[in-house]
Amino acid sequence: MSITRRSVLKGLVAAGTAATVGAPVAFAARERKKPQPDAVGMLYDATRCIGCKACVVACKEANGLPPDPGPATGGMYDAPIDLSDRTKNVIKLYREGGRISYMKAQCMHCVDPACASVCMISALHKGKYGIVEYDPDKCVGCRYCQIACPFNVPKYEWSKAFPKIVKCEMCRHLQAQGKGPACCAVCPREAVIFGPVDRLLADARGRLQREPVRYHPKVYGEKDVGGTQVLYLSAAGIPFEKLGLPALGDQPVPEFTESLQHAIYQGFIAPVVLYSALGLVMYRNRRKRPAGEEGEG
Amino acid sequence: MSHRAEPVGGPILTRPFKVLLGVLVTGLLLTAWRFVSGLGPTTGMNDGYAWGIWIAYDVVTGTALACGGYAVALLCYVLNQGKYHPMVRPAVLTSALGYTLAGVSIVIDVGRYWNLWKVPLLWNWNRNSILLEVAICVMSYIFVLWLELSPAILEGFERDNRYPLLRRMSLKIHPFVNRAMIWILALGILLPTMHHSSLGALMLISASKLHPLWHTPLLPLLFLGSCLFMGYAVVVFEGEISSQVFQRQRETRMLVSLSWVMVDVLFVFLALRLGDLALRGRLGLLLNLDFHTFFFLLEMALFLAPALLMMKRERRYNPGIQFLSAMMMICAGMLYRFDVYMIQFDPGPGWSYFPAIPEMFITFGLVALEIMVYIFIVKRFPILAGIAPPPSEPSLGAAGVPASGR
Repeated sequence: MSITRRSVLKGLVAAGTAATVGAPVAFAARERKKPQPDAVGMLYDATRCIGCKACVVACKEANGLPPDPGPATGGMYDAPIDLSDRTKNVIKLYREGGRISYMKAQCMHCVDPACASVCMISALHKGKYGIVEYDPDKCVGCRYCQIACPFNVPKYEWSKAFPKIVKCEMCRHLQAQGKGPACCAVCPREAVIFGPVDRLLADARGRLQREPVRYHPKVYGEKDVGGTQVLYLSAAGIPFEKLGLPALGDQPVPEFTESLQHAIYQGFIAPVVLYSALGLVMYRNRRKRPAGEEGEG
Repeated sequence: MSHRAEPVGGPILTRPFKVLLGVLVTGLLLTAWRFVSGLGPTTGMNDGYAWGIWIAYDVVTGTALACGGYAVALLCYVLNQGKYHPMVRPAVLTSALGYTLAGVSIVIDVGRYWNLWKVPLLWNWNRNSILLEVAICVMSYIFVLWLELSPAILEGFERDNRYPLLRRMSLKIHPFVNRAMIWILALGILLPTMHHSSLGALMLISASKLHPLWHTPLLPLLFLGSCLFMGYAVVVFEGEISSQVFQRQRETRMLVSLSWVMVDVLFVFLALRLGDLALRGRLGLLLNLDFHTFFFLLEMALFLAPALLMMKRERRYNPGIQFLSAMMMICAGMLYRFDVYMIQFDPGPGWSYFPAIPEMFITFGLVALEIMVYIFIVKRFPILAGIAPPPSEPSLGAAGVPASGR
C-alpha cells in the first residue's frame, strides 16, 4: 500500500471520529449545584468594617499560624499584606481619591469550588456545612488548586521541606465546641457575621433594600461562580472588582471542564471503543503485511 | 549497510559523555537541596505562578517532544505504513526516556511526594480531575513505552553471549512479548491521545488567568494536534543528529512522505486556532499590538513557515530544509506550550515568575541524563538501522542469534 494523502487523511479522520465518539451525544452541561441544605457561611459588610484587624489576629490565634511581619512595619509586627501560607484571613485597604474601603479576604467556600473539582484524590473537598476542607493526608502538593482557584486563595508552604496547602476552613476545628469562625466571633462591629447561607443572603438583601444609597447594588457571591458561601456587600460607588473580587460571571468555574471530562469519559466507553478499534485495525494490518516486513516495534 | 537495527557499539565514556555526567551531577546535588529546603529557596515559583518550568517544560513540553513514538506508531501500525518501521525503535526509545524523566520531574515538583502512591488507588479517585487522568495515563504510558521497547532490549541480550542467564530468559520471554505487542501498541496510541488532549484541557479551568487569545474550548484538540507534529519533528531532528554522530544513512526519503502529512496537520492546526478566535470574536485582541500580540504572531510565523517550506515537493527532499522545518515546528510547539502554561498565564497584579538558577539546572540535569541513557542504549542495543558496523567491535552485532518471531 503506497502512502497517499487520501489514505492518511482517511485514517486520521477515522481515528478522530473514534476518539470523539459519544462525546457530542453525551455533551450536556451537568446540573448546576445548589448550596447544601446545611450550608453555613459568612457575610462581610465593607461599610461596617473599620479595619481594626481584630479578625486577623483572632484567625492566627485560632489556627495556630505564625506571624507574617509585613514590610510596612520593618519586620517588627505581624502585619500581613495578603493571604499567604501564614495568613488565612486578611484585611486590605482600598483607596481612590478621598474614598476608602476595607476588604476582608479568605476562602470564599464556593458552592461549586474549582479547587475541589481539580484535586486528584480530593484532598480539597466539600465537607460538612459546605465548608471546603483540606485533608493533608491526601494532598500530593501538585498545586493545581492554586492554578484553578479564580480568587487565588489556596497558599503553599514554599519554604518548607514538608509543605502543606494553607487556606481558611471556617474554623471547622472549633465546631466541636459549638463555635463559629474566630474572625466572626471577634468582630466588634459585626462587619463579618457567621450563619446559615440562606439566612445571610436574606440579611444581605434586606440591607440593600433598606439602605439602597449606602450600598453598591449587588450581593457578591449570591450568583457569582455559581454562588459562594461567603457573601460580600460593598459601599455605593465601589464595585467589587475594586476590592479584588473579580467579575467572573455566574457559571461555576468547573462546570465546563467537568461536563467535557464526563462527556469524553462517560462510563469509559470512548476509550474502550477507541482501544478496540486500534487493536483491530492493527491486527488486520499485521496480517495484510508481507512476512518480510513483520515486526514488533 | 544494513536495514536491520544494530547496536552502534563503541566506548561509552567519551568526552561529551563526561560533560553530560558533570551536568547530571550538578542537577542531582541541586535536587538534594530542593528536597532538604523546599521549593521556595530553590525555584522561582510562588503562590501566583504555582507551576514553573518543571511542569511547563519537563512535563508538558517534554512529553510532547517525546511524541515521536506516538506519531510514528500511529503511521506505522494504524495507517499501515510499513516503510516507517526502521524509525520506530529510535522514536520509541526517545519517547520512553522523555516520559520517564517527565515522571521523575513530577516527583521533584510535587511538594508532598510521599503521598503519591495514593494517586493510582481507584477508590481515591476524583473523577472530575483532569490532572488525575493525566497522571494515570502518563504513569501507564511510561510502562507501555518500555514494553514497546522491550523487544530491542531482549534482542540485545539474545545476541550477547556474555550473560547466558539473561540470554536464556530473553529467548523465553520474547515470543510472549511479540504476541502481546499489538495490544500494547494499541495502548501506546490510546494513552497519548487521551493525555495530550488532557494536557490542553488542564488549563481550561483557568479561564480568568489565561489570556483570551490562548484560552479556548479547543485547547484539548490544539494540544493533541501540536504533539503530533512535535513528535514528527523530533523524529527528523533525532534522525539527522544520529546520522551525523553515528555516521548512519539518512532517512530523508522516508521522512518526505511523513513531512507532507505534517503540512496537513499544521494547516489544520492553524485553521482551528484562527477560526476559533474569529468565531468567538477575539481576533480584535491582536490589534492591541502588545506583548500578547507579539507572542501570538511569533507563534503563527513559526507554525506557518515550516508548512509553507514543505509544501513544495522538491524542497521536501532537501535534508537541510527538512531539518530546518523540523526545528521550527519544535520551536512552534514549545512556544505554544510555554505560552499556555507560563507566558500568557496571569494570576493577577503583583505576581511574576522567572525560573531560578537551581530550578533550571535541575532541568538541565534531567535532559543530560536523558541523552546519556540514549547514547548508552543505542550503543549497546539494536535500536538504530542503517549503521556500518564499527571496526573496533565487528563481532558484536554480526554474530547475533536471530530472535524468534522475526
